[in-house]
Amino acid sequence: MSILDSKIPEGPLAEKWERHKAAIRVVSPANKRKLEIIVVGTGLGGASAAASLAELGYKVKAFCYQDSPRRAHSIAAQGGINAAKNYQNDNDSVFRLFYDTIKGGDYRAREANVYRLAEVSPNIIDQCVAQGVPFAREYGGLLDNRSFGGAQVSRTFYARGQTGQQLLLGAYSALSRQVKKGNVELFTRHEMLDVVLVEGRARGIIVRNMVTGEIERHAAHAVVLATGGYGNVFFLSTNAMGSNTTAIWKAFRRGAVFGNPCFTQIHPTCIPVHGDFQSKLTLMSESLRNDGRIWVPKQKEDAEKIRKGTLLPTQIKEEDRDYYLERRYPAFGNLVPRDVASRAAKERCDAGFGVGETGLAVYLDFSDAINRLGKSTIEARYGNLFQMYEKIVDENPYKTPMMIYPAVHYTMGGLWVDYELMTTIPGLFAIGEANFSDHGANRLGASALMQGLADGYFVLPYTIQNYLADQISVPKFSNDLPEFKLTEEEAVNRLKKLMNVRGKNTVDSFHKKLGHIMWEYVGMGRNAEGLKKAITEIRALREEFWKDVKIPGEMNEINPELEKASRVADFLELGELMARDALHRDESCGGHFREEFQTTEGEALRNDQEFMYAAAWEFTGDTQEPKLNKEVLDYEFVEVKQRNYK
Amino acid sequence: MDLTLKIWRQKNAASKGKFVTYKISDISPNSSFLEMMDILNESLVLCGEDPVAFDHDCREGICGACSMYINGHPHGPDKAITTCQLHMRRFKDGETIVIEPWRARPFPVLKDLIVDRTAFDKIIQAGGYVSVNTGGIPDANSIPIPKVKADLSMDAAACIGCGACVAACKNASAMLFVAAKVSQFALLPQGRVEASERVQAMVAEMDKLGFGNCTNTGACEAECPKEISISNIARMNREFLSAKLGAQKPSGRTGSDA
Repeated sequence: MSILDSKIPEGPLAEKWERHKAAIRVVSPANKRKLEIIVVGTGLGGASAAASLAELGYKVKAFCYQDSPRRAHSIAAQGGINAAKNYQNDNDSVFRLFYDTIKGGDYRAREANVYRLAEVSPNIIDQCVAQGVPFAREYGGLLDNRSFGGAQVSRTFYARGQTGQQLLLGAYSALSRQVKKGNVELFTRHEMLDVVLVEGRARGIIVRNMVTGEIERHAAHAVVLATGGYGNVFFLSTNAMGSNTTAIWKAFRRGAVFGNPCFTQIHPTCIPVHGDFQSKLTLMSESLRNDGRIWVPKQKEDAEKIRKGTLLPTQIKEEDRDYYLERRYPAFGNLVPRDVASRAAKERCDAGFGVGETGLAVYLDFSDAINRLGKSTIEARYGNLFQMYEKIVDENPYKTPMMIYPAVHYTMGGLWVDYELMTTIPGLFAIGEANFSDHGANRLGASALMQGLADGYFVLPYTIQNYLADQISVPKFSNDLPEFKLTEEEAVNRLKKLMNVRGKNTVDSFHKKLGHIMWEYVGMGRNAEGLKKAITEIRALREEFWKDVKIPGEMNEINPELEKASRVADFLELGELMARDALHRDESCGGHFREEFQTTEGEALRNDQEFMYAAAWEFTGDTQEPKLNKEVLDYEFVEVKQRNYK
Repeated sequence: MDLTLKIWRQKNAASKGKFVTYKISDISPNSSFLEMMDILNESLVLCGEDPVAFDHDCREGICGACSMYINGHPHGPDKAITTCQLHMRRFKDGETIVIEPWRARPFPVLKDLIVDRTAFDKIIQAGGYVSVNTGGIPDANSIPIPKVKADLSMDAAACIGCGACVAACKNASAMLFVAAKVSQFALLPQGRVEASERVQAMVAEMDKLGFGNCTNTGACEAECPKEISISNIARMNREFLSAKLGAQKPSGRTGSDA
């Protein structure tokens, strides 16, 4: 029997969530007070879940590795949040948002989950406005919208180029209110090292206090992981420096299956790489594609001259520019989904038309928009992004086109969860980017914020009750149980082992090597030969890491090198699973592009007969290969088609 | 570029700190300031020395984690950016750069350049929110908000909570930080409901935590990486005054969310 029970409710799509809510159990207020929940991570998912659960009366403990919950990486999301409000009267609807998301995900997401996401999306906007989130408004005082990739309607709500910041600060304020009321106990600068299982259920976590180095045990009736994505396995990504996979990876090793690990989103509009010393990549919001036009020179000679610095982009005449997205995809133009835009940029650069010193860049040009709307309008829309660009690149994007190139941004894969957002470990839930559930093989822009808040505000607080309802008679746990002691001991021993390697190379040097392997073989274009090579190379690198990593300092103090080493050790295991997953999936879909499987026009070629499933990998031990489980995806309500943005 | 760095080193909160001088060479002018620090730390680790600890995370100027005091300025010499957005092209070859942590009593040093800013979280916990629970909310467009007000609110809400305002202020005042939050809500109908209780609760908490008073030097505004306007402080003072004057206390209710 499969270990995967998706618990998708019966009935018509539009009634599934209502029916499910009616069918599941609830916990009375008096009993909620007796139940404790641990929430790890304080981004949009974690903060909104912790606040909402505490409002309902549960006792919540919230953990984050940052010095304040407000710094979780959701804060960096720029462009906006989708919601099916249809405020623009452009025929948007719950169904259309659902359909766009399923199609955008290249038919590799679960229908029921995605429909629910679209269904609760309008409530998110209501909630955020009530919290005092200053969304952009029209002169009449009503909310403004803009368009994002993969959609033909305007359904994206935004707060300048800082939407993630404003939504997170909203959730953080709700969380802070519950901290003040004593319903949430907050643990900042704490990193989760492992999850504790008692009789097969998640009953707590082991964390390291990053200031004192103390290892602590925390017990609860349920554990919620809201720890974000694992894009930093590539070393260079748009993720924050501290974003890591440790929490979900440890859950995987304890028995939670991992869904579609190879589904990675490469975002098309990032500032290009400029040197070996580079520590991270900066995203330029997808919203820029509302007004910016993407192009490269039509003539190779022009591209060569630009690379040498003898020709400026502004000197290239209109007719000598190749607006390749508008050319290839006239219906969606510059607003094709991210995976399509990224691959198209790579194709042009690989063919020798790239610009910038390295030839790994394309132009994002605002001159038309500035001529049409005026500089002040463009400044009002994107001012902070233009400033950010100028600081990094030292060029003025109002005068010369921006240079952009794709970069790792988001991971659609994550812990496999059922309709109730529970992993295959009872009592262990995963929400937001940490789970695999809603975006299939490619996420649409402005949908990550939507999912994080949908899960935290409007889904988990309902579904977790169905689990907790039979936990009310379970007394408060002692963290003195042998399971806690043993798991703590394992965590401590691993840190000791890392400290005791006393090798010759820094953590970052290993992380960079891993990133290089991942980008080369498990990045935008993948093939069987390269993926096999990646697996071999990652294994060798992992071995070398455990023999040769050098960590100064002590365990019982602030030790950033130890923190990094512990995270990189997990990335070195995850990278192999990603390559394995990419190798097994003999098709191209969404962000997963296998070079062997493409149409004559270079588009992703799916294989629905064999691969219309979510790959859910099960840990079977360090020396054995992980086991593949399949959740077959049934498309009852949409017709599965080749994606077409032409 | 070759540079001399004078960096504040302090093992932990309990120990005394001191400046230590480091020489660093071959730095690309295109690298960011924190990438320069990464390169220094790599070399320290390879020599078996303790790397310089500093807070940083998003490295794109929005999380508010980075917090260095560089050559006498929070976030360095450039206007309107955070340390992580500062690039080495801003410095001269051969220059000496002095790097310190934020210096303010409510922000104790934890190690090297890392300070403890939990005081800011405590101020928010005292009242930096609209007291609504999840769910049961009317439609988002049910209350129109003038665009000007929404924009002013957004200007204030852009604060990243980095603490540069406190570090820049000779009194270690947190007025700009608190005023930004008070203003964001006071300008919106949703926040107006509790405006009076909020401003009193947040100011009281600010005072309790040991932040100094505002003497209108404007250093906070000048150094704020998000250019939060000092006019927010004026707005907060007005809110505070009218709250005190017009305070109506129903029985039993204290704070903004009793």
